[in-house]
Amino acid sequence: MGAPLVLLLALFLVYPVGQLLLLSVYGDNGFTLAQYRQLFASSVYLDVLLITLNISLVTTLVCVITGYPIAYLISVVDKERKTTLLFWVLLSFWTSFLVRAFAWIVLLGRNGVINKLLISLGIISSPASLLYNFGSVLVGMVNALLPLAVLTMLAVMENIDRTLPRAAATLGARPGMAFWRIYFPLSLPGVAAAGIMVFVTAIGFFIVPALLGGRRETMITQLIIDQVQQTMNWGFAGAISVLLLFVVFIVFAAYDRLLGLSTMTGAAAPRNAAPSRSSGPLHKAGDALLTLLGAVSDRILRLLPSRRRDRNPDQAGMGLQAFVWIMLLIISAPTILMIPLSFGTGGLNWPPQGFTLHWYETVLSSPLWTQAMLRSLMVGLGTGLLAMLIGTPAAFLLVRSDIRGKAAWLAFILSPIVVPRMIIAVGLFYVFARMGLIGSAFGLILGHTVVAVPYVVMTMMAVLRNYDTRLDHAAQSLGARPFATLRYVTFPILGAGMMSSFLFAFATSFDELTIALFATGGLNATLPKQFWDEVTLEVSPAIAAVSTCLFVFMGLLIFVAERLRRRAAAR
Amino acid sequence: MVSSSLRIHELCKRYGDFVALAPTSLDVASGEFLTLLGPSGSGKTTLLSLIAGLAHPDEGRILIDDTDVTHSPAYDRDIGVVFQNYALFPHMTIEDNIAFPLKMRKVADAEARRRTAEALETVRLPHVAKRYPRELSGGQQQRIALARCIVYRPAIILMDEPLGALDKKLRDQMQLEIKRIHRELGTTIVYVTHDQEEAMTMSDRICLMNAGAIEQLGTPEDLYFRPRSVFVADFLGESNLLSATVRGVDGDGLDIVLAAQAAPSRAVGNGGSFAAGEPIKVMVRPQNLVVGDAGGGGQLSGRISGRLLDVMISGSLTRLYIAPETVGMPQLVAAHPTRSGAAPYEIGQLLSLGWHAADAVAIRDGKGI
Repeated sequence: MGAPLVLLLALFLVYPVGQLLLLSVYGDNGFTLAQYRQLFASSVYLDVLLITLNISLVTTLVCVITGYPIAYLISVVDKERKTTLLFWVLLSFWTSFLVRAFAWIVLLGRNGVINKLLISLGIISSPASLLYNFGSVLVGMVNALLPLAVLTMLAVMENIDRTLPRAAATLGARPGMAFWRIYFPLSLPGVAAAGIMVFVTAIGFFIVPALLGGRRETMITQLIIDQVQQTMNWGFAGAISVLLLFVVFIVFAAYDRLLGLSTMTGAAAPRNAAPSRSSGPLHKAGDALLTLLGAVSDRILRLLPSRRRDRNPDQAGMGLQAFVWIMLLIISAPTILMIPLSFGTGGLNWPPQGFTLHWYETVLSSPLWTQAMLRSLMVGLGTGLLAMLIGTPAAFLLVRSDIRGKAAWLAFILSPIVVPRMIIAVGLFYVFARMGLIGSAFGLILGHTVVAVPYVVMTMMAVLRNYDTRLDHAAQSLGARPFATLRYVTFPILGAGMMSSFLFAFATSFDELTIALFATGGLNATLPKQFWDEVTLEVSPAIAAVSTCLFVFMGLLIFVAERLRRRAAAR
Repeated sequence: MVSSSLRIHELCKRYGDFVALAPTSLDVASGEFLTLLGPSGSGKTTLLSLIAGLAHPDEGRILIDDTDVTHSPAYDRDIGVVFQNYALFPHMTIEDNIAFPLKMRKVADAEARRRTAEALETVRLPHVAKRYPRELSGGQQQRIALARCIVYRPAIILMDEPLGALDKKLRDQMQLEIKRIHRELGTTIVYVTHDQEEAMTMSDRICLMNAGAIEQLGTPEDLYFRPRSVFVADFLGESNLLSATVRGVDGDGLDIVLAAQAAPSRAVGNGGSFAAGEPIKVMVRPQNLVVGDAGGGGQLSGRISGRLLDVMISGSLTRLYIAPETVGMPQLVAAHPTRSGAAPYEIGQLLSLGWHAADAVAIRDGKGI
């Protein structure tokens, strides 16, 4: 059952990436290290690597630190408010990186909201240059990756037994101590998982630094794009890819050494290995630090009026709520502020003036845009279907059977997420070029399926783990043959879960730029590719119109997916 | 009335090195109510899964009405299963759940509707047809699971701890209900439970299992009054087990001497063959332990004196916990019906205990203590 998946990954992940890496050491005259000599000859490329690591590290820190309170609040509030909070996180998560980066260009521009606001408040007298620097890149990166950090941490926090902090309270721990000594250590696997996910994604980013950064914020994937698009220097692109891959592997190896990779998939019991290393000096230092943090928090809490101090520990404080809403506002506002601008006659200057549908008409009458929309829908649907067809049987296999080396298989299946997207994209470009698949929808579907299938396998595995196999047994004992069991019992019950994993695959493809960047162009372009081509040429209100359409479309998609999820959960 | 006999021959199931079921043979008569009783891990659920066709045996055969079904898939055996957690299909209404087996058997719609309504009548829940499983209470779900099972009149019904999730009162009520349905339909029922009281109340015969094998098979009375092993005596109800040595054998009676005592007494041989000099256990049920002040009761066979440790009243029964004066003898428990008024004994009081020869059952001391 897993054969199609193995074949897919072997042909369109292992082979292309392997080819690319081979190209880096294989020139016209056989084996050569010339590419690597060039790479380390000047400090240019190492500087870019350092910049990349610097930006990624700061992004990761900011995402984890600001994401933690958001995830915490979502995990403790009641169901209704949780749905609301989660909607905003998901909306941001599913809104294209391109749309969000573009929104920041508009927001931070000379005539953007921020500058206008600062001037009207009298803080500055003339527009400041807020774009194309480290700050704007950081803002864009955090906006792009904060939702990922929140969702990753939330997955762990939701499984923390909420009676534990309460038990700590009955045992004499004040709220601060209960949090730092009990809750925080239990949430650490989530923090670590979020950290590595954000960091690895950030290393492979190019949209944000390209759109919001200046020359000094060039990241390593941008170099690869330059090598491929401008000089067609495969060998050197391969060498840079090796460098990037090397960094990613070091990060994962360090993570594995410290925490174990199994904590990422959520399958293993968290921290069951803790006692074995609970005596080290590091652990003692950690303990002491947490105790100190607890004591300090409680000292601060005691300074507050007693009414606040005695409230139910389950209720989130006003400060926390305010912080979370401000963060959600910051990550959602840019995209929303673009909506009025797309209907305005005053270009992208704030405040919007007049009302016109002109920009929407421009987009709809342009064959480039309409073709791109159709293309993206088609590729998205194709990817969704193919990923489901290939991923679902594999998920069945991994959950229901006792195959050997399950962890290794899982690692292999998840590798398209770990390997930086850019490396897969360049490898596929090279292989597709020789197979004549460049510009074809089929090739694109194959490429997108490679990156979407891990999500399908993961969500389907989660769905299947929650499925009570006794229902299948019951159906069989009642006279249902295997096919009838699948048709009347298994699939109807799994339906909602399958639909949401299909939507995930669809959205992954619909928003995918990296592979489409090389594999499509002109009338073959997908929506993100067309968006990218336009936005790198000029920043026009027509793009605001497209962004608005995408934003609304994604909003509807989440709404549908959420409805499906809730229908499934109600049973 | 449909019912079939079931024959299990040398059935065996292993998971790697773990023997879930040692080769086991068992005959269930048509229309019989047989209970598989045992602690968790004793192999009773494994046996049930094998009969249902939800697991496949490594060796042995299963015959239903003399037809070999060992290798038939579950859906081809005419067997109904009531699952521990009911396994009602959450996406179907109660009606559709009950009609499901009929649909699988291609029963005509009108007929299916009629029989579904009838099954709902039988379990006394005709008004829930249009609801979903999650809208019913645990007890109601249990009845629906039963209805879904009887609606297609399987020749054999298997029940896997069907009452495990219900509270005591509801459990008692459902026990009566299941007995009633069994009487009305006459179906063969194989019932799994770890609750000895439930097994005693409901079964024609009990098959007590331990460590993947049958420990003893017989009527509830057989198992309760004539246990063949210490395990059986211990598992069914409370028991006092005393070490003794056989002095002589005549008929079914034994002359014995209790450990650390000189006075001879008598015990029932229980059909087993014992030899003089053999160490055995003697079982006396708490309600058969006669308690009195020292002296009196000349016709009693055994005789022990001990100090009262504690008195516990649990509803209809009052239990006395007594520490024998004889060194090395385990603590004893005696039980008598609770009567209102002051307790007749005081803690620490010296009591004399005895029993009738017919109430002392000799058990081979298999594992030794």
